[in-house]
Amino acid sequence: MKLQRIAALTKKELKKTIREPAVLFMIFLFPIIFVFAFGASFGGVGSSQTVTYHIGVVNMDHGSSVNASQTFLAALTDTKIINVHVYADNQTAQNDLSQGNVQAVMIIPSDFSQSLASYQAAPDNPAQWTNTTVSLYSDQGSLVATQAIPPIIQQTLTAMAGNNQQTSSPFQMQTASLAEVKTTSALDFIAPGMFTFASIFLIMMVAQSFTQDRENGMMKRMRITPTTPTEFMASQVISYMGIALIQAALVFAMTYALGFRPSVGISAYVFAFMLVMIFSVSNVGFGLITATISKSAGAATGLSFLFVMPQLFLGTFVGASLSSGAQVAGKFVPSYYVTNALTSLFLRGATINSPAILLDFAIMSVSCVAILTVGVALYAKYYKV
Amino acid sequence: MNESSIVIEHLGKKYQDTTALEDFTLQVGKGELFGLLGPNGAGKTTSINILCGLVKPTTGTATVCGYDVLKESAKVKELIGVCVQETAIYPYLTGVENVQLFGNLHAMDKAGLNARRNMLITKMGLTEDAKRRAGKYSGGMKRRLSLILALINDPQIAFLDEPTVAMDPQSRHAVWDFLKELKTEEKTIILTTHYMEEAEELCDRVGIIDHGKLIALGTPKELIAKNQVNNLEEVFLKLTGRTIREEA
Repeated sequence: MKLQRIAALTKKELKKTIREPAVLFMIFLFPIIFVFAFGASFGGVGSSQTVTYHIGVVNMDHGSSVNASQTFLAALTDTKIINVHVYADNQTAQNDLSQGNVQAVMIIPSDFSQSLASYQAAPDNPAQWTNTTVSLYSDQGSLVATQAIPPIIQQTLTAMAGNNQQTSSPFQMQTASLAEVKTTSALDFIAPGMFTFASIFLIMMVAQSFTQDRENGMMKRMRITPTTPTEFMASQVISYMGIALIQAALVFAMTYALGFRPSVGISAYVFAFMLVMIFSVSNVGFGLITATISKSAGAATGLSFLFVMPQLFLGTFVGASLSSGAQVAGKFVPSYYVTNALTSLFLRGATINSPAILLDFAIMSVSCVAILTVGVALYAKYYKV
Repeated sequence: MNESSIVIEHLGKKYQDTTALEDFTLQVGKGELFGLLGPNGAGKTTSINILCGLVKPTTGTATVCGYDVLKESAKVKELIGVCVQETAIYPYLTGVENVQLFGNLHAMDKAGLNARRNMLITKMGLTEDAKRRAGKYSGGMKRRLSLILALINDPQIAFLDEPTVAMDPQSRHAVWDFLKELKTEEKTIILTTHYMEEAEELCDRVGIIDHGKLIALGTPKELIAKNQVNNLEEVFLKLTGRTIREEA
């Protein structure tokens, strides 16, 4: 393998990206415009579908004669919206929250039963009540979780008091952010998906590039030189990884300008950029598959949406309220794991070496290499490289 | 004939029901400029594609400088230069950048590449436009650039597939002059064309191919004399009953 050839082809590919107006727009300007448009106008996420929220519960209630916390948890389960997972300690629950395994963690205080008993003994005399506080930590990577779960718990607590008309009760609910206390905007929720989003359109670029080179005889000319298929494909992968890196930098700059300020260190950013670069490998693979089945560059543009759309809709809005079917389907596209890892990193406060991020990273890396391998094999079988 | 640069024995190529090449046998000597003539679809490009290692023959064998085109294609690619029929250049690169790219693909050293690049660009009359994007070139300029890309690695054997098609007369004569110069450097050139005057002007020997079969072989003068006609165009007409520009 000669680096001279790989460097020359990589340079050529980057020049193409900069000099071809259509490519320049699709790869760089479109994601920036998209981020700006969404960031500036995105007003929230709504859904009419019934979904289930998984919450972790650390029950510290010491009630003996009347265990009110059990009644409370049963009432939550009866809502059919909340799925309760009981944890022995707060640390384990918080770990699962940071990994995205549950969407909220609720701490039931030790005097919960006592508080309910005091209320039932003197419902009209607040001075006799033993006031207590239920703490709730929501998944900051999920817009829906932060907005939907607290009211459900609050309503159930109010119902526990036995009088829905009465607004005062001894139970207070305190919501807490897993990360530092800050206001989370809609932009924060969509930003991780934006990083992923930008790179997805490489599929179209790769497919168009290969079909165009095939149509105008460049691929044939390339095959007549001593350039090996490995050198050629290496140059393609390096080029598109570089482009993905630039895209990620541009998207980050735009989201930063719009107010996206995740409370993470520089290593998290480096890791995020690396994720996006590796993710671009799958897009080269999908692009090659598209080029294999496309007769012309025009057809490649249309057919590339077969891969662009699932990656886009199933994989870039992980924090949004997708249907359960879509959530399952999302796990079959690499973009899901990139967005999920970025969400864990930027919004849930998970560390780079946390199991959830490492798992996402591993699944994404393996799938990207597999997709590239399939793409190269298919293209080589039908057209040669 | 000198030592053979190209040896083709009983070469055949079938595409499903179509026979593109049939029992094609030929030897081309070192330093020879050999013309492969025939109408569109006669089998000229198929022959060249096989010799370049782009297409696998159905039957027969071929060697280039002693290397089997099937088994030793990597070695063959180091020794050849090919001007493909399509005007295959990168339109978003300048003329110089296109040449530089292909020089690097042949792993040429920097000094050698720069010297040969400048020489070829000058000879092909592209000096003034060398730093313009190739996509803005005229058709003739693109063909000349395509020829430079084929020859940048100073190949032992050049396969030129219709190099002057769609060229203006001035460009065509510039190419002719350059090919004559290459002959003096002992380079072997295989030229396909359906311009008979081009073959008469340049080629040491010509082979006329029709429907995938070699139907005549010799120097232009020999073929003209043997068939008692005035030029190669009439040789083809006499042998096939058609003019070379009619569809087969």
